[in-house]
Order: sequence, then C-alpha cells, then structure tokens
Amino acid sequence: MAYEGDLNLKATELRLGLPGSDEPKKQASAPSIRSNKRASPEIAEESRTRSNSSASIAENGDRGIDEPPAKAQVVGWPPIRSYRKNCFQTKQNDAEGEGACMYVKVRVDGAPYLRKIDLKVYKSYPELLKALENMFKLTIGEYSEREGYNGSNYSPTYEDKEGDWMLVGDVPWEMFICSCKRLRIMKGSETKGLSCL
Amino acid sequence: MSEDDDRSPPSDSVTTTDSCFSKTQTCTSGSTSGSGPSSVPEFQAPYPDQVLENVLENVLCFLTSRRDRNAASLVCRSWYRVEALTRSELFIGNCYALSPRRATSRFTRIRSVTLKGKPRFADFNLMPPTWGAYFAPWVSAMAKAYPWLEKLHLKRMTVTDDDLALLAESFSGFKELVLVCCDGFGTSGLAYVASKCRQLRVLDLIESEVSDDEVDWISCFPESEMCLESLIFDCVDCPINFDALERLVARSPSLRKLRLNRSVSIGQLHRLMVRAPQLTHLGTGSFRPSEDVAHGEQEPDYVSAFAACESLVCLSGFREIVPDYLPAIYPVCANLTSLNLSYANITAEQLRPIIRNCHKLQILWVLDSICDEGLQAVAATCKELHELRVFPIDACEDSEGPVSEVGLQAISEGCRKLQSILYFCQRMTNAAVIAMSKNCPDLVVFRLCIMGRHRPDHVTGEPMDEGFGAIVMNCKNLTRLAVSGLLTDRAFSYIGRYGKTVRTLSVAFAGDSDMGLNYVLEGCPRLQKLEIRDSPFGDAALLSGLHHYYNMRFLWMSSCKLTSGGCQQIARALPRLVVEVINDEADEDMGNFVDKLYMYRSLEGPRDDAPKVVSIL
Repeated sequence: MAYEGDLNLKATELRLGLPGSDEPKKQASAPSIRSNKRASPEIAEESRTRSNSSASIAENGDRGIDEPPAKAQVVGWPPIRSYRKNCFQTKQNDAEGEGACMYVKVRVDGAPYLRKIDLKVYKSYPELLKALENMFKLTIGEYSEREGYNGSNYSPTYEDKEGDWMLVGDVPWEMFICSCKRLRIMKGSETKGLSCL
Repeated sequence: MSEDDDRSPPSDSVTTTDSCFSKTQTCTSGSTSGSGPSSVPEFQAPYPDQVLENVLENVLCFLTSRRDRNAASLVCRSWYRVEALTRSELFIGNCYALSPRRATSRFTRIRSVTLKGKPRFADFNLMPPTWGAYFAPWVSAMAKAYPWLEKLHLKRMTVTDDDLALLAESFSGFKELVLVCCDGFGTSGLAYVASKCRQLRVLDLIESEVSDDEVDWISCFPESEMCLESLIFDCVDCPINFDALERLVARSPSLRKLRLNRSVSIGQLHRLMVRAPQLTHLGTGSFRPSEDVAHGEQEPDYVSAFAACESLVCLSGFREIVPDYLPAIYPVCANLTSLNLSYANITAEQLRPIIRNCHKLQILWVLDSICDEGLQAVAATCKELHELRVFPIDACEDSEGPVSEVGLQAISEGCRKLQSILYFCQRMTNAAVIAMSKNCPDLVVFRLCIMGRHRPDHVTGEPMDEGFGAIVMNCKNLTRLAVSGLLTDRAFSYIGRYGKTVRTLSVAFAGDSDMGLNYVLEGCPRLQKLEIRDSPFGDAALLSGLHHYYNMRFLWMSSCKLTSGGCQQIARALPRLVVEVINDEADEDMGNFVDKLYMYRSLEGPRDDAPKVVSIL
C-alpha cells in the first residue's frame, strides 16, 4: 500500500536481507514507548484525502517478502489492555518457533513419551542439565572433556545440524544452541561409546 | 447527583425548629407556608420532628438505589439529613469529584464504598503512570470515620501495600475487597489482607497489576476454618504456594468462586476441583500440564472432576490452554451461563463441540481465533446470549483478520436477545451493523472496534456512518456506544439526533470538523462520559458543550485540535470543573495543540496531588 505523507526511505534502502525483516524486530522490542506525536496530524491529513490507509504493523516480523516495512505504532491503539496484547505476542512466537523461543524435542531412553523444552530459556549448560534432571527425575552426573558424564547412568546427547550425534557440553554454549536440533538422554553402556569418539 | 449541591452538611443536632420549617411544606402539618421563622410555638416543635425523622429513617432504609436516594436527599433538609444517616452504600464515580473529608462528614454510617479513579483510556497507556487516583487519603479518612466498613470496591485506583495494611488493621468486620484494574501494590499487601481480615468473605483481584514481592500470601490466611466465598486472583502473575492453596480450599466450605492464575497447572486444578465440587464460578488457571509431569504417569480424570461440579455456571481461565484438554469441560456446558475463552487460542473446530452444548449461555468472551465459522456456531446454539466479546489475538492494524461482518451478521441473526457486544475486527460493512441494529433491538452496549484506522465499509467503500446511525436509531435502550472505522460528521449527527439515552461514548480517529462534536454535545442530554482521541475537534466544539459539562462525570480529549486558550475559556466559564491538561514532555511538534484534556466536575477545585506533567487550569 502506498503511504501518503510518509517519506518511506526504508523501502528504497539498499541492504542485505529481506525487506521488512529487520525494522519490525526493533519495533517489537519497544512497542508502546513511541508516542503518537506525529501520528495525529498525519492521520487528519489522510482522512481528508480519504485514502484507505491500512497501516500494516508487522509486530512479529517475518510476515513475508511482500509486506511493506511497519509504520510507527500508535500508542493505545487498538484499545486492548497491554496484558492481553503481551499474552499473545509471546504465544505467537512460540507457535512460529522463531524469535524468542527455540523448542527442541527431548527423548529419554526407556521412557514412552517425548518432551519439548525451550533452549532459549537457559543461559548455560549447568542450567540446562539441571532442568533436564528435574524434568525427568534423573541424575546426569559430572561432565569432563575426556570421559564424558561420570557418576550416573545417563548422558545427554544432541543431534546437530549435520545430523551427527554429539555429547552435550563439547562445544561452547552459543554454538550448541545454534546447532542443536534435538536432545536424547542416553542410558547405560551406549554412552561410553560416544565419549570415546 | 446530590453530591454536587451546594448545601453545606447539616448540623448534627436532630431537633431544631428551623430545619423543616424554612423550606417546603412537605415537612410537618404544623408549619406555616415556609417564609421564615414560623409562628408555631417552639415547645411543640421537637416532637413532630422526631417522629417524622424516625418514620423517614425507617422508610428510607428501603431505598437502595443510589439514584432514588439522591433524589430523596433533595426534598428538604430533613430528608437530606435522614438520607445521609441511612445510606449504607457509598458510590463515588470519580475519586476527585469530592474529598474524603466531605464524603465522611455527610455520610456517617457507611458499610460499603465503591470508588473509581482513572478514566478508561488510562488502560491503554494514554495517561502518565503518576497521574493520581491514590487510595491513600481515602483509606485514612475511612479508617477513622467508618470503623464498621465491610466492603470496598475500587476501580482504576492506585493502591499501595501500606494502604492495604491500614485497611487490614482498621476494619475489624471487613468482608469484601474487590480491586478492578488497580495497581501500585504487590503480594505483600495481599498478605496483610489475608492475615488480618478475619471475616473476609471475598477477595477479588480483577485485571489488576500485582507486583511479585515474593511473599507467600496464600499461606497468610488463618489456619482455622474460613468463611471465604470468593477468591479471584487470575490476574496475579506470580507463582503461588499450591499446597497452601489446596489446604485453604479444603478449609473453606463456603467457597463458591475460585479463579486461579496461570501458574496453576491442570493437574493442580484437578486436585482443587475434587476438594471443591460446590463451586459455581471457576477460573481454570493455565489448563495445561506442568512442565515436570512425569510421563507415563496416569493423567487424572478431568471429565469426572467437571461432572462432579454440578453447580458450575461460570467458567474462565484457559490461560495457556492445550486444546486437547478442552473436551474435559463437556459435562458442565449445559449448565453454563458464562464462559470466558478470551485467553484460549482455539479454532472453530475446537470450539464447536463445546459450544454446541451451551444452550443456556448468556455471557461469552472469545478470541477471534475462532473465526467467523466459530461465531456461526455460537449463533446456532446460544439463543440466550446477552453479552458477547470478541478479542483479537493479533492486536494490530492489518489488512486481514479472522472475523468480519460475516460473524457479526451471524450473531445478529442467531442471538436476538443480545444486549451487549464488544467486537474487534479488521473489516466490517454497514449492512451487517444495520442488520444487528434491527435483529437485536435490546442492545444496551454496542462497541465495535475496526482496528484499521479510518477503514470504510470494505464492500461499498463508504464511511461507516449508516451502520452506527442505524444502531442509535433502532436500539432504544442504548446507553453505551463505541465507534470506529471511517466516520464523517454525519455519523455524529445521527448520534446527536437519535442517541438520546447514550451515557457513555467512545470516539477514535473519527469525524471531519467541529460539527461532529457539536452534534453530540447538543443532542445527547444523558451523556455522562465522553472519551475522544485523535479526532479533528477544536475549541469551538469544546465550547459548545458548556451547558452540559456539569452533568457529566468527565470528558477526555486527546490528540484533537484543542488549544490551551480554548481550555482556559472552559475553566473560566465553569468554576466547578477541574480542567486538566497533560502535555507530553519535550513535545514541541504538537505546536499549539493540547495533547490531552481531562476535565471533570468537582466540589473541591484543583487537586494537590497532580504530577508535574499535569497542569490544572
């Protein structure tokens, strides 16, 4: 949609990356702090020219290549209490699996069900392992570079982007959360085999 | 409202001769037609007065409606005094309309107080957070004046933990605390109330912001059996001590209303339901299993738990629902009169089997995730529906949206008894709105929010004037109206011409000129609350309402075309009006225009607790 009265320089800007893929994210982090100072006179003008201005606000980004970049958000519009607005923004992120969350499946050997956890919630290996221990009511033991996990029957492993099964803890945390596709907590003798690789 | 009249509070002495005789002839038979001190001998006077006042007291006790009481208090001084003595419920629609001292001097035997603070637009971040509406001066005054206070109902007030502590200390028979859209307190404040209010029956926290002070307030309730009837804390966004809650529920045999927050998992919900099958109102919490449910463990029988709650009529919650669990509520559907699914992101397919059984449903809140198809399913079954609210899952301006005029039309055809509707959508047509105005003539509240600003009828391209015009024309009981979409002054001329019973009007991004506001101010004699944003109304329009502002509770106008000169004129012309102007800091771009105007009638004049950013003219 054309924007009357708005110098939409961003749309003509040359840069790498999909159009509309970075600006909305910035806005999503500061939704209602922008005031509507400029919105009002502009809106008055627009209404006089009777343009069908549908301000497309891409709060969650990634709406598609054809979507124009977002216009300034108007404070307090639509009239929904922020509690309600926030509830669903996070939920939408969950559903899309991008942005704020990163869900991976976790399998524990010998258990009939899979679980899902959000890796983005954790900041380090100890946190993650503690959470896994709590979730599945087991102990994982101490990690060592040479010997893998000592002190218990369980070893956490993960499948990386190349399809290889790795021992959790071998690579730096940041690299791990970027490459981890799923987790498997292996039991017993199989784990010894992995740690020797 | 009689709070506004200029009479000073009458003296406390009951039998004075001049009280009745000076004004009207209705008081006693012995008076001469009131022209000053009468010739009736003074020694006879006290007795008839006393009898009369006793009679009045006994009669006025039966008057419960505050409008009736206000009318009665205007009859004469004697009636004024007796009414003040017999009023037990005090309603104050604007906490700045009068001071706590004035209220407590006039009404001395109050048991229940309702107090409202900020205007509704504060909910949408349009007001500075330090604006005011502090409960503190009220609770201090009431602590001294109303030691027998039992009920307190606050809306949009700022309440601190200290206020709650004072409340808990001061009122030994305190029974009911209801806080709606309040803020400023946390779980420590709740802990005071829980531990000190031994007669507490109702603790309802509704859409309030409660800070997490990491205090286990649930454990603060006394260990003995409780008379708790209602515990609503679904808005409290912090984890609670579940075991303590379970014990609390177990020792509260009178508990009828329980609305849990989203930290309560469905497994925990089950445990509570089993303990309290007598519940009539239930808020289900998250309605999902907790993260650390050990797999392989048998899941509890949720269906039976619901089936056991034979008195359940009101269901809400579903804060983080896993839709697979929704069918558990089947057993109660047939009895439900109120269902709030407005936090449940479910589809029409998931809704249909549930709603198909809800024949008695009167109140339904949903998300637009159910789409027009879902609304059609509602229309097919819920013939008793009188309130519908459809909230958007994606609250932004977009060109597509899951609900539209199709859903609205379906509802209007299926739910003929509809009285109240709040409908968020992206596109709408005049035809559907007109259809609703004809099919649902009992509408009292019509709030349509087309989220795209200035959006016309998407089929004809015309403004939405005719649709809203039809609403005010055909719905003779309409008292509350919220308009949206592309609207010209014509829409307002309809409202002014036909909206004779409208009391609350919300306008956003609408109108062409001053005439729009003019029509409304001159045409709507019952108008009490007017909130306008981003509309091209200026000083001339504002001035055209001078005759009416004393009849209104408040007027809000933001991002319109008002100048401070215009606002000054109002302030000068109407001394009993408090005219507050809020200009956003560092706001040079707005030029001469006033950013926000909030004005209201008041007996007290300018308040002294306004923040810097508010100027009172």
